[in-house]
Amino acid sequence: MLKAAILYFLIVVPGTAGEICMSHTMKTVGEVVDFRPHSIALAIGRAMKLRSFWIGILMMATGFFALLGMLSVAKVSFVFPATALSYAVGTLGGRLFLGERVTPQRWFGVLMVCIGVALVAIGKG
Amino acid sequence: MTSPQGLHLKTIILILIMVSVAPLGDTFLGKGMKQVGALGSWAPASLFHFFFRAFTSGTIWIGIGLLLTFFVAYLLVLSWADYSYVLPASSISSLMIALLAHFVLHETVTPTRWAGVGFICVGVFAVGRTQPRTTEHRSC
Repeated sequence: MLKAAILYFLIVVPGTAGEICMSHTMKTVGEVVDFRPHSIALAIGRAMKLRSFWIGILMMATGFFALLGMLSVAKVSFVFPATALSYAVGTLGGRLFLGERVTPQRWFGVLMVCIGVALVAIGKG
Repeated sequence: MTSPQGLHLKTIILILIMVSVAPLGDTFLGKGMKQVGALGSWAPASLFHFFFRAFTSGTIWIGIGLLLTFFVAYLLVLSWADYSYVLPASSISSLMIALLAHFVLHETVTPTRWAGVGFICVGVFAVGRTQPRTTEHRSC
């Protein structure tokens, strides 16, 4: 139980922080408007030159390895929906750290996701 | 800069790519990790053997390839769309995961869990009807 709780924390917190770093990185790179492979490679190459990209990768890797550990002790149809709590944490992070305007409708959507998460957790057979 | 309609369209296309490949990748990872077995203890030797078994599994590498495809699509969509839009919108993959878990992995998905997935879908629908971008950006 304690092992699962630690793994769950590592999936949600560093994983979400890493994604916020990645979002910041890609906003710095700028909107990709050309989807030819070399243009995509150039945009990703520009992202890789930024420190925030690697900080994000490090934190997301922490979340990923925690996910691998969690998958070995729980069912896949429970693990992934249960980690949806990170959607609420991520939305708050987007509001606080990225300056995004989160409308009441978007918060409602996030609330629905959280209820869904709770039901999925309760329904663990 | 892209027009609002164009922005919505390319955001939806990228999110569709994400939610198509990510659950498949997750399912391959799940199947691979079941083959690898549970992590016995936190001792360094045990951790080493656990990750060695994981990274010599072909099933896990297919999962990683699919998740890399997801990651590129994810980076591209984040270059213009809000993180607080992309994140909940992409949770629609929970539905696909439940379907794959039920039909491919033959796991039992209880009615309560199906209801949870239903709520997640409603949430995604609500988020999907908001503007994908609420901050100023530049093009590259």
